Amino acid sequence: MSERGIQWFRFTAPANFYDLAGRLIPWFAALTVALFGVGLYMGLVVAPSDYQQGDSYRIIYIHVPTAWMGMFLYVLMAVYAAIGLIWRIKIAEIMAKSIAPTGALFTFLALWTGALWGRPTWGVFWVWDARLTSMLLLLFLYLGYMALHAAIDDRQRASNASAVLAMVGVVNVPIIYFSVHWWNTLHQGASITVTEAPTMAMIMFVTLMIMVLAAWMYSIAVVLARARVELLERERTAHWVRERLEGERG
Amino acid sequence: MMEFLAMGGYAPYVWGSYLVMAGLLVVEMMQLRYRRRSLMNWIRRMARLRAQEEKR
Amino acid sequence: MFRPLLALLRRDLTLALRRPQDALTVVGFFVVVVALFPLGIGPDPEFLRSLAPGVLWVAALLAVMLSLERLFSDDYRDGTLEQMLLVPEPLGLLVLTKIFAHWLITGLPLVLISPLLAVQLNLRPDEILILMAALLLGTPILSLIGAIGAALTLGLRGGGVLIALLILPLYAPPLILGAGAVDAVMHGASAQAHLSLLGAMMVFALFATPWATAAAVRIMLD
Repeated sequence: MSERGIQWFRFTAPANFYDLAGRLIPWFAALTVALFGVGLYMGLVVAPSDYQQGDSYRIIYIHVPTAWMGMFLYVLMAVYAAIGLIWRIKIAEIMAKSIAPTGALFTFLALWTGALWGRPTWGVFWVWDARLTSMLLLLFLYLGYMALHAAIDDRQRASNASAVLAMVGVVNVPIIYFSVHWWNTLHQGASITVTEAPTMAMIMFVTLMIMVLAAWMYSIAVVLARARVELLERERTAHWVRERLEGERG
Repeated sequence: MMEFLAMGGYAPYVWGSYLVMAGLLVVEMMQLRYRRRSLMNWIRRMARLRAQEEKR
Repeated sequence: MFRPLLALLRRDLTLALRRPQDALTVVGFFVVVVALFPLGIGPDPEFLRSLAPGVLWVAALLAVMLSLERLFSDDYRDGTLEQMLLVPEPLGLLVLTKIFAHWLITGLPLVLISPLLAVQLNLRPDEILILMAALLLGTPILSLIGAIGAALTLGLRGGGVLIALLILPLYAPPLILGAGAVDAVMHGASAQAHLSLLGAMMVFALFATPWATAAAVRIMLD
């Protein structure tokens, strides 16, 4: 391939990424289905109900994975954004942009499941618990990132500007987390905090980890798929796009 | 079976969580699929137009 | 080295003094928002007192946020900002100077007017002193962080609303610490921890944010 000269070389990276992602997505999708299948069966059927919270505790199997993914994906997004901004790597920019909607979705789900878990546990849908509050602020950070990306028409400028925002955000996430925790411990009035049972039964722990893994696989598959579409949109007139469309349908 | 669905009296909360999550994930995937499809159609239409032009 | 920065500072202040209504609008907004709160929640003095730190701080950060759009937009429109990219002085320092001027015009008046509003909300003298100290440390943070948002929304339609979405989540830490300082004194505790953390945050923001703002300005003018 290297003999074909410089013009081909320029398109190798996006085209290669497109092909590689296309080959990987089915595997991650299959893993997602399998892990969610096993995890849901174990979480909803096999695992015994909690002696204090009854069956309502089963929300933990989706609350914790969604909350973790929400946080991890933000950091990952900022890392890709930084790589894209500093080394001008197009694929990294695309990955950062593709991660945002999935991250925001998981953050929202963490809040949603947290509220539905809170109702039977504390009697109210929402308490200004430190974790819930920081998740809410994280959701706002995601929304700001996506809004800024959408507001700027020029594609390169949009990626660069939102990359700066993502990096500012990721520096702020620990500060926000710390200050919210501090605020929460000072205001003793609302000192109910979500804590998982300290001695979690083995089966619960294993199930939880399976669900976490499933959420990871889902995120990877969806983010890669979105990055592929994003890449096609940017390079819709490139030669390699037409070449590949001859081959596949759908 | 009914017992399973009742979730020990916590059905609205447990199923409200799981179903909303499942629903939103499906929506995300469908949206992605729709976006990909319309993009593919656009690219194909453009290719067809170009082919016609070359024929002329 | 510092002469151009001083000239820039003098210029920004002169421009602001020529159009004092801009700065006065921000102070007016602050006063009106605080005055509306008792109408919404009732005149009970004790209740108002307990809400005062939060009300004053939220009003202050909304007022600062409203003023942010003007931080760079005039210079952006008449091309001055583009000229700044060509000056030998580092853009970060120029940006910092502009932020300082912005704080003198909007942040400082808020600090100075806050005792008046605090008295209306029944805060005691020692609490008012802490409130002013917290605002003195906190409003620069608001201007510094806000500058990033102002730079990132340069030349965008609906930039003002977007700034709010970008910046308000980042205002959570100074809000917590600032309102918390007054709250601590109210409950007979010391506000020292709050104030030193607020100070630390300000020093950090002083070093980190001009750099990010300069990067954002470069990107948006690119």
